[in-house]
Amino acid sequence: MAVLAKLDSGSRAAGRGWSDLTIRNLFILPTIAFLIVFNIFPLIYSLGFSFTEYRASLNRPAVFVGLRNYRELLSDPGVWANFTITAQYVIVSVGGQMIVGFGLALLLNRQFPLKGLVTTLLLLPMMLSPAVVGLFWKLLYDPSWGPMNYALGLGKFEWLTHPTNALFAVAITDIWMWAPFVMLLSLAGLSAVPKHLYEAAAIDRAGWWYTFRRITLPLVAPLLLIALIFRTMEAFKAFDLPFIMSTASVETVAIRLYQMAFQGWDTGRASALAYIVLLVVLAITNLYVKYLNRVKER
Amino acid sequence: MAVVTSPAHRIGNAIAIVSVILATVIFLAPIYWIASTAFKPRALATSVPPTVFFTPEVTPFIKLFTKRVQLKQAPSPEVYAAAPWWERKIYDGGERVLKVGDAPQLSQYPNRFANSLIVAVLSTILAVGMGTFTAYGFSRFRIAGEQDLLFFILSTRMLPPIVVAIPMFLMYRAFDLNDTHIGLIILYTAFNLSFSVWLMKGFMDEIPKEYEEAALVDGYTRMQAFFKIVLPEATTGIAATAVFCFITAWNEYAFALIMTNRRAQTAPPFIPSQIGSGLPEWTVIAAGTFLFLLPVAIFTFLLRSHLLRGVTFGAIRK
Repeated sequence: MAVLAKLDSGSRAAGRGWSDLTIRNLFILPTIAFLIVFNIFPLIYSLGFSFTEYRASLNRPAVFVGLRNYRELLSDPGVWANFTITAQYVIVSVGGQMIVGFGLALLLNRQFPLKGLVTTLLLLPMMLSPAVVGLFWKLLYDPSWGPMNYALGLGKFEWLTHPTNALFAVAITDIWMWAPFVMLLSLAGLSAVPKHLYEAAAIDRAGWWYTFRRITLPLVAPLLLIALIFRTMEAFKAFDLPFIMSTASVETVAIRLYQMAFQGWDTGRASALAYIVLLVVLAITNLYVKYLNRVKER
Repeated sequence: MAVVTSPAHRIGNAIAIVSVILATVIFLAPIYWIASTAFKPRALATSVPPTVFFTPEVTPFIKLFTKRVQLKQAPSPEVYAAAPWWERKIYDGGERVLKVGDAPQLSQYPNRFANSLIVAVLSTILAVGMGTFTAYGFSRFRIAGEQDLLFFILSTRMLPPIVVAIPMFLMYRAFDLNDTHIGLIILYTAFNLSFSVWLMKGFMDEIPKEYEEAALVDGYTRMQAFFKIVLPEATTGIAATAVFCFITAWNEYAFALIMTNRRAQTAPPFIPSQIGSGLPEWTVIAAGTFLFLLPVAIFTFLLRSHLLRGVTFGAIRK
């Protein structure tokens, strides 16, 4: 920045071509403008709709109803049920991802042949399209011929068609997809733990549990926290997997929102629910960025 | 890294490695199963117990790309002998390929695949192009409220697609952009732009400022320095960012489900929609899934050293 300041004060270099100010604006403003036009403006538009009674399927103008949509949504037991199911899904799925992902990272955190290949193979699930993953897991779970029941010896166990099993079945698929994400972040944390700490612990004859609790965990914790916040946010938004695998029994908030907006065409009320979801997501994003910056500064 | 010294440690290490092998097998089993189903004869797709070893065939892929009808009667031996190998495979299954003149009629799959490709490639070019400039701006210049702006940019990425889709659907309806490639490209560009800015900023921050400063002293303008010094240095970063953006757009489901239904429909909403109609042919669906997942699997290997950076928006680099 020191050089920049020098150039700005009318030196010869600053006089050539466009000024830094012009270039900065030229580089940054189009992106900001694009995001405002295609993200922020639509959201302002739908904020307006959230205070109205409006159906996008009918050719009738929106009628202003004040806070009625919000009031009715927050007192609707159906909507609360969607939030409860979403919360259960977040707990089971993110909890599973943290345990499986961190466990895998602990196992991988040593030297062995083909380590790079094995790590990449384990990361594959999180790169795949959730819609297509949902589809082929639906086939895996098929009660009559799906390989899952055969592999686990469960007979005709109903995974997705049974109302309480379905949540766990979808969560297992989500764990399969995203435990690798937790693994990736945990591995980064584990490899950053200075070796001499373990050597010192070995000299002191510290047990495995003690070493884990006092050395490994505290040093990996910041990255685990980032994984936890990010996955919580993503699971809260869950749509693709539960929608494709089991619409009826795992009705998350996002699925309810989709049905309200694009099947019931209750646009006004759906906009209000969208805003409730938006506030939750923004709050979690804020938390995420805060911890991300904290790790970055280390 | 645990220091392996005592026999107890060595046994622990061996158990860990066996567990790693087991975990890898379990994690890859679903992928192996769907990939192998794509090469199975029709009768083996839903067999109990699942068939693990079989003679692979490509018939599911021929079926995937063609329109077929049930044969009323077997083709005459001359017709059968004159048919190309792939057509004979279809005859063998008791069906015939529908044709326009001599050319086989294509199924919807190649069209949906092409839509996915068009939308993903063009939105990636736009997002990475704009993102690279913006990232340079954030990396090198003093910007009032930089942290707030960066947060604003990232927050647009975190919005649930359905939340954005409600007003976008209405706006697109007004501008006649529903079910068009351009409509989907705009949405995916917006979705990937924030990611591209964050990731590229991480890469730009790693290019030493001294490079451009030396160029400025040598008489380059800042634009020349950017194009001749910074961009070549950032090639790896641009490539990695592009692959990430491509995969995100390629995989996207919710926007595509809401905004497209026919002309511009991409593969993710199309592939699962095949199940609802009649008796699904699992081997054909598996073949479609396999072809769709293959590019992503290849890209994952190419990206392996950048995955951590990618999933944390460039914040964690190692």
